[in-house]
Amino acid sequence: MSDIPMTKKRRIALGCEGSANKLGIGIISHDTLSGSPTVLSNVRDTFVSPPGTGFLPKDTARHHRSFFVRVAKQALRDAGISISEIDCICYTRGPGMGAPLTSVAIAARTLSLLWDKPLVGVNHCVGHIEMGRAITGASNPVVLYVSGGNTQVIAYAEQRYRIFGETLDIAVGNCLDRFARTLEISNDPAPGYNIEQLAKQSADNILLDLPYAVKGMDCSFSGILSRADELAAFMKQKAAKGEDTFTPADLCFSLQETVFAMLVEITERAMAHVGSNQVLIVGGVGCNERLQEMMGAMAAERGGSVYATDERFCIDNGIMIAHAGLLAYETGFRTPLEESTCTQRFRTDEVFVKWRD
Amino acid sequence: MSNSPAMTEFPPPQILTYPASSAPVLIAQGAEGRLYKTTYLLPDQPCALKYRPSKPYRHPILDARLTRARILAEARVLQRCRREGVPVPAVYATNEKAGWLMMEWVDGAPVRQRINEWLGARPDTEAAQVEAQSADQTPLISLMQRIGSAIGRLHRTGVVHGDLTTSNMILQRPKEHQHNGHTGEGAMEKGKALEGHVVLIDFGLATQSSSEEDRAVDLYVLERAFGSTHPRAEELFEQVLQSYKETFKQAPAVLRKLEDVRMRGRKRSMLG
Repeated sequence: MSDIPMTKKRRIALGCEGSANKLGIGIISHDTLSGSPTVLSNVRDTFVSPPGTGFLPKDTARHHRSFFVRVAKQALRDAGISISEIDCICYTRGPGMGAPLTSVAIAARTLSLLWDKPLVGVNHCVGHIEMGRAITGASNPVVLYVSGGNTQVIAYAEQRYRIFGETLDIAVGNCLDRFARTLEISNDPAPGYNIEQLAKQSADNILLDLPYAVKGMDCSFSGILSRADELAAFMKQKAAKGEDTFTPADLCFSLQETVFAMLVEITERAMAHVGSNQVLIVGGVGCNERLQEMMGAMAAERGGSVYATDERFCIDNGIMIAHAGLLAYETGFRTPLEESTCTQRFRTDEVFVKWRD
Repeated sequence: MSNSPAMTEFPPPQILTYPASSAPVLIAQGAEGRLYKTTYLLPDQPCALKYRPSKPYRHPILDARLTRARILAEARVLQRCRREGVPVPAVYATNEKAGWLMMEWVDGAPVRQRINEWLGARPDTEAAQVEAQSADQTPLISLMQRIGSAIGRLHRTGVVHGDLTTSNMILQRPKEHQHNGHTGEGAMEKGKALEGHVVLIDFGLATQSSSEEDRAVDLYVLERAFGSTHPRAEELFEQVLQSYKETFKQAPAVLRKLEDVRMRGRKRSMLG
């Protein structure tokens, strides 16, 4: 492992992500002087399970193992760089599902040994935040991180991304995904996307009564899911008898309106608390245009604005791991081979953010 | 409701557009709502009007449901505290449809402000830490005890506040001061600066609960807030807990739970 020559114009990192059902490999370069990032390639392959089912750890891990080489080769081809130009291999240390994380960590270690490149373990949540900041240019926003596994309201203070609010049980994306399973909606390209499209078909803008669970800056989704499941069963029963009832579209609409109102509310409270009027939405659920619209209305009222990215960067990807990993690498951070573990539990506020003031 | 007004141009609720002996004053602006001081009710009796405006991002049905539920929940909690002798403002009126709650105006200053003024007036001691033993700490110690006792009575009633800070406690001006100096601040005699009743305010996040966990988190939130707002008086926080214990019979179990909460923080460790 040699030090970076000072004459080098750019540093390049390859990032491997596989904490859930997306396997992503991305290559990023940072200009050595300005630090500005350039995405060289961003390849992703998603494990899609049949309607009515979720992705199981062992099947997801098998998918990642089978596709890793293909995705990595594609990423290298797209980037048009040679292996010798790569400075470090970044991988997701956690949080996420154990088996998929392990598969990708093994693959990352293999690349590191094969090419003789240092490893950098990255916190998945920090990856999302840093990528969101880089793409949108939001300097110091309150961050709403919403995905299938995480729901957190985060703000930066003194070298850490501090969690102001979070879910007390399941993640908002998990609530949506599981409800898609109840309705047996397709998981392709993503259950949440299909719920969003179905909600648009709700004709009368009816809001069905669902629990609303906000506690300070925290929230809870499991009770809402139970109630939505009950309503879905009730609807099917009535429809089977040929009686008039609400539709799956009405259910999707009501579920979205309720859970997104909760998210916007806790975000607003955090913004009032830290005195910020910028909000950045990251994570898979962040693609939802209704959520972006509601957040925009709230931010506008506070005289601020909302920053969001599209599916390339919102949904799990390798480039965010490469980007956050390279930021840490530039401050001298390395993950020695013997410590290159991964973990299902890895809180956002455990990471020492040396690269920010 | 702890934030100072960021933007000033808000349309006030309709009730404040009616004639009154003085114009309404916006006191605080939080994420949830706004607090106004108004003499709408009686010309010589100011009252506090907490207004929860409707949120444009929310579905109108959900918005109306939440506003109604929250106004009523806060009024119920205040009413319950009042009945049980916990020092809180009296509820005068509610209109859950229009989104407001009218309460007694508590004349005084936030405990946070009084403590900081009092600490600021002392010379910097070598240790920079206030020593509990020294004789001239008596007024501050007494204030800590009144805070602990107020929280003890609150918890005894089956209510947890949800957002205890020294900004959410008003040190009520002693009776003899109340009618001469109007609302002029700081003109109080030094020795009496920390006198008065401690009144708990802002029950927007309060819930009816008698779980040890909730009560312990209530104390923990105050402990953390106290440590960051008044680092020089941090050692005196023990006095709050001591008097909490004397007021509230179930306190020992809560204080044991507080140990756990301190170890893990407010948040539990969770799955990724």
